[in-house]
Amino acid sequence: MFYDVFVAPFLDYPFMRRALVGALATAVAGGPLGVLLTLRRMALAGDALSHAILPGVAIGFLVAGLSLPAMTLGGFIAGLVVALASGAAARFSEQREDASLAAFYLVSLALGVTIVSLKGSNVDLLHVLFGSALALDDAALFLLAGAATVTLFALAGFLRAFAVDTLDPVFLRRASPFGEYMPFLFLALVVLNLVAGFQALGTLMAVGLIMLPAAGARLWTHDLTLTLLLAGGLGALSAYAGLVLSFHAGAPAGPSIILAAGGVYFISLGFGRAGGLINNLRPRRHLEG
Amino acid sequence: MEAVATTLIPARSPGVRPAAIKLENLTLGYDRRPAVHHLSGEIAPGELLAVCGPNGGGKSTLLKALAGLLQPMGGSIERGGARARDFAFLPQAAQFDRSFPISVQEFVALGALRRKGIFGRIDAAETESVERAIAAVGLKGFEPHALGQLSGGQLQRALFARLMVEDGAVILLDEPFGAIDAATTGDLLAIIAGWHAEGRTIVAALHELDLVRRGFPKTLLLAREVIAWGETDEVLSPKNLTLARAMAKAHDADAAYCHRDETNERADVL
Repeated sequence: MFYDVFVAPFLDYPFMRRALVGALATAVAGGPLGVLLTLRRMALAGDALSHAILPGVAIGFLVAGLSLPAMTLGGFIAGLVVALASGAAARFSEQREDASLAAFYLVSLALGVTIVSLKGSNVDLLHVLFGSALALDDAALFLLAGAATVTLFALAGFLRAFAVDTLDPVFLRRASPFGEYMPFLFLALVVLNLVAGFQALGTLMAVGLIMLPAAGARLWTHDLTLTLLLAGGLGALSAYAGLVLSFHAGAPAGPSIILAAGGVYFISLGFGRAGGLINNLRPRRHLEG
Repeated sequence: MEAVATTLIPARSPGVRPAAIKLENLTLGYDRRPAVHHLSGEIAPGELLAVCGPNGGGKSTLLKALAGLLQPMGGSIERGGARARDFAFLPQAAQFDRSFPISVQEFVALGALRRKGIFGRIDAAETESVERAIAAVGLKGFEPHALGQLSGGQLQRALFARLMVEDGAVILLDEPFGAIDAATTGDLLAIIAGWHAEGRTIVAALHELDLVRRGFPKTLLLAREVIAWGETDEVLSPKNLTLARAMAKAHDADAAYCHRDETNERADVL
């Protein structure tokens, strides 16, 4: 019974194994990134950037057809342009970052929809936009694993800089000549993960595996290192649970994974020991000092 | 909380030698409106200078410019070879997210970032200077506490400890005693006096004149224009203070272009 439900789908069907590997890679790298996004109060920026990569993906598709490298490159460039341009606008004008990011991603999204419409809607392209976790080929898996590897190494190397940039950016810029570039490097990593994730989950869903486990993990502990590890772990759990769910319910894989992550989030919101609902609302005896 | 150590912590780099800071016809402001207008003068090495004046007089603006966070609209700041970011800077009411998960120990250790860079390991010597700084500001025992658990006064102590670890030859403080109690203010004044004794240059924007008279030998009285600059007792005379209040005038929507820089040239022409 346990074997049939939880193990057999992955042993019997290669496409399930591939989906699992792809989703795990996305989750393990995305979770820690999401934690830093929530700490920067940019929880919605991931969503904005996932829309912003659309015109790049569309142009890549128009130029080279259903070619993963072309669409990935296009999406990566479009995401970077929006992230850099809105970051620069916030830095050098008096506009705040949330307003400039909203402005740039909306224009980018409109551009993407225009490009898609002008060339006639295409079912294949829609497939790409909404993901095809159960049809990951070798190239897609390498892309996902590569992006996850780059992200984890970058996070390990730059964690201190990313953390200080989040806490006290003015201090970091004064203390280190590299401080200035940290926001851009960080946003580049976010874009990389969104672009890599679009193949597995779709452009609009990739952000779910970045934000939901991160938001949930922060409700369990106040320790940054533990939060980062927990976010990756909860994401991996969600990916696995979502695929099992989708297999037995015949539901689409991408949304199932995000729904599973949503379930993990709601459990955390209720029972999380560092600020969950029950913990926060239940009166506890005060200490002596 | 422990009493502040009465003996000064020894400077990490004994004999810090800050250079003089020269302000040359400096005009600062926002959106073409001057907040500091044609300021010239020199801050000598090792000087302990208070910048006073009415609200809107340009105190914070001047400190931001010294820290390199604001480009002059006119004139120049000569830092004697030092870069703007070499100056340690405590902004007004530190604008950071206090819910960020970081301990007091880790936060104070950020002061070492300047020397160790964003990758470098915090070695035993740095750990020791962090411990000394935490003890010197009276936060011993708070090391493992989260930054968000500190009160306003304790947070200001932690920021002073971080400045100690930064070990800057020039230290800029923007309203360092805003919203903290008398005991904490006294402790922090003692720390500033210690920095002064070590030969560091300190420039602090302050609005409480009692504190200026207590702890700052030199004062710059600023109300957009310089009212007076020199020995504190002479600068803070009733006459100067009345003048400063009168200068804090309302925003003039129809302000004309300032021609002051052109007067010399015109004199030549005429």
